[in-house]
Amino acid sequence: MAGGKEVRTKIASIKSTQKITSAMEMVAASKMRKAQDRMALGRPYAQRIRAVIGHVANASAEYQHVYLQEREAKRVGFIVVSTDRGLCGGLNVNMFKSAIRDMQAWSEKGADVEICTVGNKAASFFKTIGGKVVAALRDVGDQPEANKLVGSVKVMMDRYAEGDIDRLFLVSNEFINTMSQKPRVDQLLPLPRAEQEEGQHSWDYLYEPEPVELLNGLLARYIESQVYQAVVENKACEQAARMIAMKSATDNAGEMIDDLQLLYNKARQAAITQELSEIVGGAAAV
Amino acid sequence: MAMTVHCDIVSAEESLFSGLVEMVIVTGVEGELGITYGHAQLLTALRPGPARIIKQGGEEEVLFLSGGYVEVQPNGITILADIAEREIDEESAKKAREEATHALHKAPSEIDYARVSAQLAEAEARLRTLQAIRKAAGK
Repeated sequence: MAGGKEVRTKIASIKSTQKITSAMEMVAASKMRKAQDRMALGRPYAQRIRAVIGHVANASAEYQHVYLQEREAKRVGFIVVSTDRGLCGGLNVNMFKSAIRDMQAWSEKGADVEICTVGNKAASFFKTIGGKVVAALRDVGDQPEANKLVGSVKVMMDRYAEGDIDRLFLVSNEFINTMSQKPRVDQLLPLPRAEQEEGQHSWDYLYEPEPVELLNGLLARYIESQVYQAVVENKACEQAARMIAMKSATDNAGEMIDDLQLLYNKARQAAITQELSEIVGGAAAV
Repeated sequence: MAMTVHCDIVSAEESLFSGLVEMVIVTGVEGELGITYGHAQLLTALRPGPARIIKQGGEEEVLFLSGGYVEVQPNGITILADIAEREIDEESAKKAREEATHALHKAPSEIDYARVSAQLAEAEARLRTLQAIRKAAGK
């Protein structure tokens, strides 16, 4: 049986780890609340603009914007949104898995894959496993700023407009609730069409100013808002996943401490019993 | 009673209004436009300026929009604003206008003309919105 002293130092060390994990849990819980608020505030805009874009894609417009044209997929772009830091359970790994699965499906069809990473974890992941990373955004921070995101997103949009990539996907985590987050792959470009509403007659908008100018602005805004929303949502996922991971770490530490405490008590008891029997034995010998 | 149409106003930060309206008056890039029930499908960009919402029953509300897009569909109007404000700080708007006007008087090489004039337009629009809000309240 392990000596009493070793067990005691081990208990002390686990206790200090437990303190850290429980502190991290509380920090994650409060950050999660803020991240969730931010996500909820951004949602109406993202939903509305998605509906508008769906209508635009359905309109039988004279001017067909390049973002609306379906092309044969020779090269495919992925924007992968990850967290900056680890210690958040399987959140990133699960998402990378589903991203890789999609990328493999495309490469089997003979398409090249290009990647734009957001967050430190995705950058280092694709660096280790290989993959053509054309743009990387690191250190997104707790309050993602739309301005910072625009740069790397624009790289992908420009590549699409110039014909360097023929599809653009967005991979991120979907916040279902605190306990569960699900990886999700959305097609950004070409724009997915909305369900046709009443009647199939063709119609077109009145545009003010000219369609080219207007759609350029609107579609760019759409992509930015979708990516921004994904990043904000991923932040909420990160904090939720971290909170859960740290909670189970704290619980596990508690269990380990209980087990070790039992071991320690037994060892101490055995030592006392042994000492007693030695004294009794000694007394009997005299 | 006037015919009404559903209208949603959202900014990147929040949802500002959702409900039936008799008319919405916004500042488009090519001038002010009032949208009522039965308007043709329209897509337009917005300039900074006030948006007047005449709700069902005639009640009026004025918001400030810093720009964005309006979409009109047979079943509703959607306004996607960049920044929208209900309350306008008169002092800071006046200050911004002064600063921008001041900057415009500097040597042309020292200023970013497009940026400053956008600032000026926004400050002016804020003040115009404030007037509209006061007018709507006083009525």
